[in-house]
Amino acid sequence: MVLAVETYSFLQTVPLTDFLFGTQWTPLLVPKSYGVLPLLAGTFMIVVGASLVAIPIGVASALFLSEYASDRAKRTLKPILEVLAGIPTVVYGFFALTYVTPLLKTVFPETQVFNAASAAIVVGIMILPMVASLCDDAFRAVPNSLREGAYSLGATSFEVTTRVVFPAGLSGVLAAFVLAISRAIGETMAVTLAAGATPNLTLNPLESIQTMTAYIVQVSLGDTPAGTLAYQTLFAVAAVLFLITLGLNVLANYVLNRFREVYE
Amino acid sequence: MENRVILDIDDVCIRYGEDLAVRNVTLPIYENQITAIIGPSGCGKSTLLRSLNRMNDFIHGCSHTGGIALGDMDIYDPATDPVEIRLRIGMVFQRPNPFPKSIYRNIAWGPTINELKGDMDARVENALRRAALWDEVKDRLSDSALNLSGGQQQRLCIARALAMEPEVILMDEPCSALDPVSTARIEDLLFELKENFTIVIVTHNMQQAARVSQYTAFLETGKLIEFGETEDVFTNPKNERTEEYVTGRFG
Amino acid sequence: MSKPRNLVWRHRKAKAFEYFCIAVTALAVVLLAILVYQASVLGIPWLDMQFIDSFPSRFPEKAGIKSALAGTLWLISLTAMFAIPVGVLAAVYLEEYAPPGRLTQTININIANLAGIPSIVYGILGLAIFVRFFALERSVLAGALTMSLLILPVIIIASKEALRAVPSSLRQAAFAVGATRWQVVRAHVLPAALPGILTGVILAMSRAIGETAPLIMIGALTYVAFVPEGPMDEFTALPIQIFNWTSRPQEEFHELASAGIIVLLGVLLMLNAVAVFIRNRGTR
Repeated sequence: MVLAVETYSFLQTVPLTDFLFGTQWTPLLVPKSYGVLPLLAGTFMIVVGASLVAIPIGVASALFLSEYASDRAKRTLKPILEVLAGIPTVVYGFFALTYVTPLLKTVFPETQVFNAASAAIVVGIMILPMVASLCDDAFRAVPNSLREGAYSLGATSFEVTTRVVFPAGLSGVLAAFVLAISRAIGETMAVTLAAGATPNLTLNPLESIQTMTAYIVQVSLGDTPAGTLAYQTLFAVAAVLFLITLGLNVLANYVLNRFREVYE
Repeated sequence: MENRVILDIDDVCIRYGEDLAVRNVTLPIYENQITAIIGPSGCGKSTLLRSLNRMNDFIHGCSHTGGIALGDMDIYDPATDPVEIRLRIGMVFQRPNPFPKSIYRNIAWGPTINELKGDMDARVENALRRAALWDEVKDRLSDSALNLSGGQQQRLCIARALAMEPEVILMDEPCSALDPVSTARIEDLLFELKENFTIVIVTHNMQQAARVSQYTAFLETGKLIEFGETEDVFTNPKNERTEEYVTGRFG
Repeated sequence: MSKPRNLVWRHRKAKAFEYFCIAVTALAVVLLAILVYQASVLGIPWLDMQFIDSFPSRFPEKAGIKSALAGTLWLISLTAMFAIPVGVLAAVYLEEYAPPGRLTQTININIANLAGIPSIVYGILGLAIFVRFFALERSVLAGALTMSLLILPVIIIASKEALRAVPSSLRQAAFAVGATRWQVVRAHVLPAALPGILTGVILAMSRAIGETAPLIMIGALTYVAFVPEGPMDEFTALPIQIFNWTSRPQEEFHELASAGIIVLLGVLLMLNAVAVFIRNRGTR
């Protein structure tokens, strides 16, 4: 509601097409320009990088948890995952800035102090526990009778895992991916601290960029009076953020519900 | 008895942790015959059955002593590959457990991963015909197996086991989740299958055991009480516990 | 029968895959261990009573987290006061009273979707509604209300799950002896669901303690040299202090941030331990 009103008055001044398709985002500088694409691109880069980190590791760990781990290993790992999922994002931001970025610099000397790669890696680590535990749930929901059926046909554990358990749990895994992506899009503190504040239409992960969330923080840290156009940009960007994440969540729930029907 | 012994169960004990589930069972399984294992709930009959193709390997804390031989293959030799055993001994479970895939791919799954040679379409058709399911599903082989009825699903699972062309098929109460009509169809099927396969069937339904099997083993609290030709076990039991059980006085 | 000749290779593949999964899981755990270690080791030398008992300062040697700790405490207490009763009662209504139907289902789905909305969007809502519209300014109250909005879906979902886990036979038994719905809920369902609800509440509170973005949105000041005395005072909070220190270029402030992280993680770990403890007692 509130988002809609403020976004509407923003769009009175700035045409929707300029907002959605402009390639310059400089609302705080002169000449002002309100193309949201650079922010979307920055967000997109973080999402891709984070997914590259979190999805393979998360799925493999989930397979370990559900298919291979002994009860004792499970009892140790599950609480660890829960604790890790509860670490505040500002801590991850600190980690990115003080550890990952210097590390990247030794490998790629041209790395800037603020860069997309470092933030993406850390966001990936951050969403990893969530991906792992959702995928674990999905694999665990696969009935044991399917595993037994496969083994009785002369399958090895690899074949049971990759050709029965994984496909049967796939919709749960997909839902986990979607939720993880939505988390990565909405993640704020790590990208604000580590990715920088230069809206930049680039594909180079070693350069500084700005995401939608980081822009919101940047504006609100400054003193922007209510009613100005810059203040309204906050709501416009937040509206975009809200719509994207809401859409992803609806999608994930839809996938999950369909998959529940199969076994119940 | 002129029948050849295909599976030789020799002095087998099976434990879950401390609990002794199967005690010193010695039992021959004859080739191309149907052997029924009967007994009250919790008597260890399913455990014994699952030990024949080492499905108990997946149960935590389950241990085994004694020997089981399939021809010249010692099933419990550490050097024996359980995968190879399961290629020769197939299994059908208590509840139908088709994979959430198409009918065709359910049947083709085992032969595919084991890279069995030959024409896959012919193999699938053959397995479905033998399981008396072909006429019902031949026009919709690419439909999901989960759309079949319970009885059809169970016959699909039998076909899935048949497609591997095993020597022995283990059936763990295959009709317990089915209605009487589906049960009758599966019992008819068993008669035809015994021409080509050896079948071991666990059942808590004594009429079923009497109808389909040539040999019957009666288990109680993990011990083999009586084993013999089915007719003898049911009409002229040697042990009085067996008599009480088959006449329905307990269990 | 045709015997597969590829068995050796298949077994190798199976083993290799198993080891791969183990290795990846181990890698993940190690990564996270490094993180915790890295984030905390820098700060240990700074961690002393003076750090806890000082206000933020331009001079790293004199800086501390007194106002941040106090702010967090205020914030959490107020948030708990708003969010817990509303959240638990909403869950009770949705699980025990609401007529099953399209409307209830829509509400449930919407709550699930709201839980996935980024915290910064809640921050913006808080800014527009509480800070500007209700003119609460940058007060603890505005912060706590915003935070309550944020964790409400979490509390509702966790409480609903706990309530659903109570067997319906228990309800039927109580109804059968003539209890009213409220008596059934109060005397039987709520006590049975209490461990689950508590666990959910604690986890939601620890989320609120660690949240930074929405507080920045509503303008929680990053330099506050006093302890808030009432709900209308300005405030800062621990994660914000950490954010502030991290974003400064000087190494000393990074070490201060690290010390702050130790305190924050310590508090969260304690809360988590309590939650695990309650859950384990509940399942017994």
